[in-house]
Amino acid sequence: MSRIQARFEALRKAKRKALIPYITAGDPTPALTVPLMRALVEAGSDILELGVPFSDPMADGPVNQRSSERALKHGVGLGDVLGMVRDFRHQNSQTPLVLMGYANPIEATGVEKFVREAKAAGVDGVIVVDYPPEECVEFAKLAQQAGIDPIFLLAPTSTDQRIQEVARAGSGYLYYVSLRGVTGAGHIDLADVAAHIPKIRAATRLPIGVGFGIRDAESARRVAQTADAVVIGSRIIQEIEDAGADQAVARVKALLRPIREALDA
Amino acid sequence: MRMHDLPDARGHFGPYGGVFVAETLTHALELLLAAYAQARRDPAFEAEFRYDLKHYVGRPSPVYHAKRWSQMLGGAQIYLKREDLNHTGAHKINNTIGQALLARRMGKPRVIAETGAGMHGVATATVAARYGMQCVVYMGSEDIKRQAQNVYRMKLLGASVVPVESGSRTLKDALNEAMRDWVTNVDNTFYIIGTVAGPHPYPMMVRDFQSVIGEECKQQMPELAGRQPDAVIACVGGGSNAMGIFYPYIDFEGVRLIGVEAAGEGLATGRHAASLCAGKPGVLHGNRTYLLQDANGQIIETHSVSAGLDYPGVGPEHAWLKDAGRAEYVAVTDADALRAFSDLCHYEGIIPALESAHAVAYAAQIAPAMAKDRILLVNLSGRGDKDMHTVAERAGLRL
Repeated sequence: MSRIQARFEALRKAKRKALIPYITAGDPTPALTVPLMRALVEAGSDILELGVPFSDPMADGPVNQRSSERALKHGVGLGDVLGMVRDFRHQNSQTPLVLMGYANPIEATGVEKFVREAKAAGVDGVIVVDYPPEECVEFAKLAQQAGIDPIFLLAPTSTDQRIQEVARAGSGYLYYVSLRGVTGAGHIDLADVAAHIPKIRAATRLPIGVGFGIRDAESARRVAQTADAVVIGSRIIQEIEDAGADQAVARVKALLRPIREALDA
Repeated sequence: MRMHDLPDARGHFGPYGGVFVAETLTHALELLLAAYAQARRDPAFEAEFRYDLKHYVGRPSPVYHAKRWSQMLGGAQIYLKREDLNHTGAHKINNTIGQALLARRMGKPRVIAETGAGMHGVATATVAARYGMQCVVYMGSEDIKRQAQNVYRMKLLGASVVPVESGSRTLKDALNEAMRDWVTNVDNTFYIIGTVAGPHPYPMMVRDFQSVIGEECKQQMPELAGRQPDAVIACVGGGSNAMGIFYPYIDFEGVRLIGVEAAGEGLATGRHAASLCAGKPGVLHGNRTYLLQDANGQIIETHSVSAGLDYPGVGPEHAWLKDAGRAEYVAVTDADALRAFSDLCHYEGIIPALESAHAVAYAAQIAPAMAKDRILLVNLSGRGDKDMHTVAERAGLRL
């Protein structure tokens, strides 16, 4: 059983919902990434999503774009990100870790080499924003053979047939993008989420995470009423940007704690 | 499958092309593909498109035998396809009319576009005014500085021009931002992409609309020169004018297809925009194609004196034509393009766009060594009015 599957299994038994934070590797500095990851775990996160910086993050709003640009100023590449994963794994062998990013850095590394090295570093899942299932059949197969879950996105615009196709292609969990727009674009439409989750649930036995637009304990709690996991990205990145390097770790912990409590209440 | 019949049903040209987009856009692209397929089968759509090309754009554009300049070069005869004479001054309008008509059929009241030099932005703003649509154009803030006149033209035509401050603040970032707008407003918005790149069906659709260029040439060359050309030469940034003139000639085995990229300050300097000559395959802007990128797969900044060629990718069909050996791709420096620009002004009384001057420059390089009965057909994709500032500045003048 994969680390992601085991974690969802344990949560289900405990009747708890997963908290999945996202940060960009290398933001605000490469040295802070592993301390931030540990802080996220200490604040009650169940799975971590670690962003691989990219020069052209088409699906991201301004907050995540700036985050990518800060990381790129430090020259952080995919190889460096895997180094951070290895460092994190020295002290944490339990928390599932998902890389999230765009296709080109992976293709520049080479798909086979990436899968091999990601597995060796301790990566459990991969979300490639611009790899829909039909464009990455080979990649998804290689990843699954290596024990890495290819995690795919669903959107409010996904048709019923599409939901079926995507559900069949992925493993680990399904990631429902809760708004029409880029990351951090606005506020979540809770009615839309409540309407869509049952449709997705009907097509899959995979856990369902919801992200894009969750900004506080209340929206997290409401989403968790129907979803299995709550993904928070831009709101954390914003906190890191506002806090600066000195305060980032403490501020991120303080941000997540009430959200964790709301999910458990 | 014949090369002519590509892409396949999912938009692949061999390993290139495809639909590499975030899930939110998948459904919109499926709807677009269906609407386009339906429009292509509808004679009323074709008639509307042809009507506007004739009466609004002024097509067919002439082919012109540049006799004096050919004589000066002393070799092959050079013919120019005069896309510079189109309404709005470039080939871009062929495509924006096609896409705007499609947007109207799909009931989308709002169109968006990305632009580099501003020519596609102007062509989009133009058709939006013509068809009564709301128009938003994304343009890198660096390009806005370089192309102030085109920004003003777009505003006169009723479009809003949104400066893009992310990344390198040029065309690629404008494209990112337009994609973000589309993801957000997908229900009421049609994204008019200006080149043969982006996710399927854009590369195919833009090529089809631009193919009118080559289709006309196929008729005009025998009439004017007695036969088809030995080579067709066109500049390649994203590659829409080149695909438009190449595509109808793909099945003519005796016709060489030559795409000319921007070598900027020289390929060896790294300051260029020659994705096919110096790039590696990767994924950007919804398709797999040749890209200028670093070892980490980050897209690198490009350089060219012509803003319209300043793009780190290229249409996937060009990537395929290159690998298949059907087309050749070369690169011409800023300096050579400027020399060709000035020669065409002096010898033929034609002021070409700096983009087109790259194709002109390559013709000037190969013509002298060729026999006098050889024929080169150059796509003069646009006129140079927009480049007065750039050229004057290079000459140390202020206008």
